[in-house]
Amino acid sequence: MTAAFVAGADVPLKRRLRRAERARQFRALGLVLPLLLFLLFTFVGPIAGMIWRSVDDWEVPQVLPHTVAALSSWNGQGLPDEPAYAALARDLQAARASGSIGVAAKRLNYVVNGYRTVLTSTARNLKALPEPGTAKDTLIGINPAWGEHAHWAAIRSASGPVTSYYLLAAVDLTRDPDGAIIASPEDQAIYRDVFGRTFAIGFGVTALCLILGFPVAYLLANLPTAQSNLLMIFVLLPFWTSLLVRTCAWIVILQSEGIVNGSLQWLGLIDEPLRLIYNRFGVYMAMTHVLLPFMILPLYSVMRSISPAYMRAAASLGAPPATAFFRIYLPQTIPGIGAGCLLVFILAIGYYITPALVGGAGDQMISAFIAFYTTETVNWGLASALGAVLLLSTLVLALVYGKLALGRQTTGGLKS
Amino acid sequence: MDGGMIATTQSLVRFVGVQKTYDGEHLVVKSLDLDIRKGEFLTLLGPSGSGKTTCLMMLAGFEVPTHGEIFLGDRSIKNTPPHKRDIGMVFQNYALFPHLTIEENVAFPLSVRGVPKAEAKSRVADALKMIKLEHVATRHPGQLSGGQQQRVALARALVFNPALVLMDEPLGALDKRLREHMQLEIKRLHETMGITVVYVTHDQGEALTMSDRIAVFNDGIVQQIDRPDALYERPVNSFVANFIGESNVLNGTVENIEHGYARVALDAGGSVLALAVNVAGPGARTSLSVRPERVAISTGDDGDPAFNRLPATLTDLIYLGDHTLAMLAVPGNDEFMVKLPAGAHAGLAQGQAVTIAFRPEDCRALDPV
Repeated sequence: MTAAFVAGADVPLKRRLRRAERARQFRALGLVLPLLLFLLFTFVGPIAGMIWRSVDDWEVPQVLPHTVAALSSWNGQGLPDEPAYAALARDLQAARASGSIGVAAKRLNYVVNGYRTVLTSTARNLKALPEPGTAKDTLIGINPAWGEHAHWAAIRSASGPVTSYYLLAAVDLTRDPDGAIIASPEDQAIYRDVFGRTFAIGFGVTALCLILGFPVAYLLANLPTAQSNLLMIFVLLPFWTSLLVRTCAWIVILQSEGIVNGSLQWLGLIDEPLRLIYNRFGVYMAMTHVLLPFMILPLYSVMRSISPAYMRAAASLGAPPATAFFRIYLPQTIPGIGAGCLLVFILAIGYYITPALVGGAGDQMISAFIAFYTTETVNWGLASALGAVLLLSTLVLALVYGKLALGRQTTGGLKS
Repeated sequence: MDGGMIATTQSLVRFVGVQKTYDGEHLVVKSLDLDIRKGEFLTLLGPSGSGKTTCLMMLAGFEVPTHGEIFLGDRSIKNTPPHKRDIGMVFQNYALFPHLTIEENVAFPLSVRGVPKAEAKSRVADALKMIKLEHVATRHPGQLSGGQQQRVALARALVFNPALVLMDEPLGALDKRLREHMQLEIKRLHETMGITVVYVTHDQGEALTMSDRIAVFNDGIVQQIDRPDALYERPVNSFVANFIGESNVLNGTVENIEHGYARVALDAGGSVLALAVNVAGPGARTSLSVRPERVAISTGDDGDPAFNRLPATLTDLIYLGDHTLAMLAVPGNDEFMVKLPAGAHAGLAQGQAVTIAFRPEDCRALDPV
C-alpha cells in the first residue's frame, strides 16, 4: 500500500489530480461542443458581424480608391489640389464602366443630400479623361459642386476603413464638415425618441407583467397539484398559438367595431367607440398578453421552492400576514422577479410584429426602424448601428440588474 | 361559552371536545379533551396519521377545529389568528428564513412586536448565548449545520417569551447522536426557563427521555395520557402496551375475575393469571401483555408457585452487550422475547426446551388485538 504512494511521490498531488480529471473535462466539453459551435455560428458570429457593419466604411474606398489615396495628403482646408481631381475623374470613369457608382453615391448621399445626383451626372458627362492639368476645371465645369468644400470633405469623411457616422446617427449626432461632433439636423434626429419610447414600452410591459403575473404564479405554486396543472395549461396556452394569430386576435377584440367596443355600446356605457387599438394602449395590451408567460414561469419556479413553513413560521413568531409577506415571502422571490423582469424587458424592447400591427405611427419601436433600414433602404450601416446601441443599452441594464441583485442580500431583522 | 368550561388556573391549554376532518367524511381527530398544564413538557406521541400533528396545528392556529373549543388560559382561541396567539413554534425543517442572518432570524419576532432596537439586540445576544451560538450571529442559515440550525430555531421560538412553545418533530432530520444531545439540550432549556412545551414525535425513546407527560395518539384518539414510567409500566390498552417499548402478546379468553385478577384460558392451551386492566368480564376475549424484562427462563420445573408458567423452546439468543435477548417459541406466540441480564444466558442453548415464568402482576389483560 505504501509502495503505491512512494511510486507517485515525485509527481505533485495536484498534478496527478488534474491528470485524473482531464478525461472527464474532455467528455464534458464533447457534450457541449455541438451547442457551442451552433451558438458560435448563429449567435456570436452574427452579433460580431452586426457590430462590424455598424462601423465598416467600405463603399467609397472601393469605388473611388485613387481619390481616397490622393485625399490622404489633403489637409481638409479649402479645396484639394489638381491630383485629387484627376484621381476622381479616373475613378469615376472606371466606376461608370463597372457600374459600381451607385454604391458610393448612396454612401456619400448620407453625408450630403443630393450627392447622388452630383456623382452620377458628373460620371455621365465625363466623356473622356481630362488632359493632365485640366481635371479641376473640367470637373467644376461639369458640376459646380466640385468647387465646394463640403463635397470633398464628404469623400474624406467616408474614406474608411471605419467610420463613426452610423453610430453617431443612431444617437442623433453627426459631424460637421470640419469633423466636430454636433447634433443631427432636427428632421433627422428621431432615434433618441425611438429608443426612449422603446425603453418606456419595455418598462411598462414589464411592470404590467409583474403586477399581473405575480399573483398567478403564487396561486400556481400553492394550489393542489391537480388544479395547479390545469392552471398551468392556461398559462402555457399562448405558447401554442402563433404570435401573429394572437396579435390579430387582439385587433379583432379591440378595434372600433370589435367585441369590447360593441359590448360597451350595446350596454349604453359609451356613445362613441373607444380608441383601443393603433395606439399605445393596444401595444401595452397585446405585448403584455404575449409576454406574460415569460414572467410567470420564472416566478413560479422560484415560488415552488419556497416552503410554506416560512410563512407559518413568520405567523407563529407574531408577524401579521402582510408583514410576513413583505419581509419573508417577497424577499425570497427576488431571484424570480429579477429573472422574469429581465427576460420580459429584453424580449419587449426587441418587439417588432406586435407594435407594427396594433400600434400607431407614434408607437413603433426601434426594431421597426432596424427592419426598415435592412429591408427597405438597405442601409446596413445604420441598421447595425441601431442594433448595436440597443445591444449595448441592454447589456448595461443587465449589468445594473446584476449589481442590484447582488447588492441587496439582506433586509429585515435588526436592520429594518 | 359554557360557564362550566372555565379553565383551572394551572392548566394553560385545554382542548374541549375537539374534532377535525379534512374531507368531511373521515375524522382525523375524533374527540379530543386534553389539559396542558403550565410549565409541563407534554409530548404527543403516535404513529404517522394518528392526528397528533393536526392537534398541534390547531393549537398553533394553522388548522381550524371542525368542532369543539381550544382555550389558552381562559380565553377561547378558536378565532384568534396564528400571529396573535403568542405561541412559539419550532418546525421539523427548522424554517429559518434563508435571506436573513442568524441574528436577524432571532430578532424577527421582536421586531414584528416593535421591541426597541437596543433591547432587541441585547435579547438576541442573550438568546444566542443561551444556545452557545454567539459566533455565528452574522452568518446565514445555509452556512450552519443541521444541529446549529435547530438550536437557532429554538432560540427564535423562545426569544419573545411565549406562553407556550410547540415543537413539531424538531429533531427528525438529525442523526442519532446529535438527536440525543439535542434532547438533553431542549430538556435543559425547558427546565431553566420554566416554559410550557408541547412536543410532537413518533419516536417513543425521545418521548420517554424528555417528557413530563406523554399523550399517546392513535386513530384520532388519545389512548392514554400519563407520566413516561406509568405509560410503560401500566399501559391501559393493547395499543399503548405494544407502541411503547416491547411487549409479548398472548391471546385468550377470560374465565373469571377475582380481586382484580383475571384467570385467562390461552387459545393455544394453558391458563394464566393476569391483572384485569381492560377486560369486559368472564367470557370476553383478551390480549395479555408481558414486558420482556419481566420474564424469567428456567430449565427445571421448580420455582415460586405464584408465578405463571408456560413451556417454551429457545429458538435464538441475540447478544446485545448489556443484555441478551432470548427468542422463544411459546404456544400461541412464536416470537416471544425475553431480556436476560448480562451473563444470565450461561447454560442455555438454541433448541433447548425451557419454562418461562412471570408474575401475575406483570401480566396485563388488555383489550383483544
